[in-house]
Amino acid sequence: MKWRLDDGGWSPYLAGALAGVLAVASALATTKVMGKTSYLGASTTFVRAAGLLERMVAPGRVAANEYFAKEKVQVDWQFMLVIGIFLGALVSSLTDRSFKAEGVPPSWSERFGTSVGKRAVWAFLGGIVAMIGARLADGCPSGHGLSGLMQLSVSGIVALAFFFGTGVLVARLVYGGRKHE
Amino acid sequence: MSSQILGLITGFAFGFLLQKGRVLRFDKQVGAMRLKDMTILKFMLSAILVGMVGLHLLDGLGVIKLSHKPMNLGAVVLGGMLFGAGWSVMGFCPGTSVGALGEGRWHAIFAVLGMLVGAAIYAELYPLLKTTVLAWKDFGKLGLPEALGVSPWVMIPLFWAGTIALFVWFERRKL
Repeated sequence: MKWRLDDGGWSPYLAGALAGVLAVASALATTKVMGKTSYLGASTTFVRAAGLLERMVAPGRVAANEYFAKEKVQVDWQFMLVIGIFLGALVSSLTDRSFKAEGVPPSWSERFGTSVGKRAVWAFLGGIVAMIGARLADGCPSGHGLSGLMQLSVSGIVALAFFFGTGVLVARLVYGGRKHE
Repeated sequence: MSSQILGLITGFAFGFLLQKGRVLRFDKQVGAMRLKDMTILKFMLSAILVGMVGLHLLDGLGVIKLSHKPMNLGAVVLGGMLFGAGWSVMGFCPGTSVGALGEGRWHAIFAVLGMLVGAAIYAELYPLLKTTVLAWKDFGKLGLPEALGVSPWVMIPLFWAGTIALFVWFERRKL
């Protein structure tokens, strides 16, 4: 097994195991710094970011909303974590030269062509559905998948099974069929 | 240190590792759902194997506290299905979409925008969902060891064995 890939990346087993070490270190550090253990996650940040943006156009609506009140519209630990993901990926990809400006993913264009507009519409619609699902389930592949399974949470195991199970079924419908001519 | 700075540092390391593992790519995420490329599962399960031991050890020592998300049946099942369907079409999950932007895959911005709109829609739907789907059946914050009445130290080796068998299978099939 190779630990280093030809393109400068690392084996997913190695990078994943180190992410596991990070998850444990993070649980410890958040307990020390914040007095309460926090676990890696990402989707709640989209609620807070949506609240911050919506507040610019309709502050009253955000203030009156029960869900925004529950999740608290603020730039907190997880919000900064999500910004950190962006920066970490930026630095990693620039230093190993895997950074690439890409308007349409390769496997998408193979199936549906190179139109950015078409990709944009589907990504946008998929994003809406996925985020409604993630908020309903109370987590995403980070919060439920990684953090949930590490803790042997029943909800994490069930959620990840439905994430992937439905994902596989829908992928058959979407990407099955013929290639783009 | 403030919690924001801690979050930023942790996120930076997480994004670095996600990028090095090459799991931020649309092709890798959809590849897993098309059962052609298991890179993201290798990454996730490796993280889970290591994290599972560390978190249970620290919890056992009383240094940290485990925090299970509620097993709210309708919410987790229906939400899980909606998420899976959207994930498959979008090709990113919330964390990886932001990371993909970092490595230059700027089409991920459409996924990010969709998810922001989805979050705002969910906030509007919340009062309705609270009295329906979310009120169906909540088993509470449940860990599998407590649910089955077994020690986590019995389950963890079993989980390791099953996952390593899966890894061997992935490598044999070159997935």
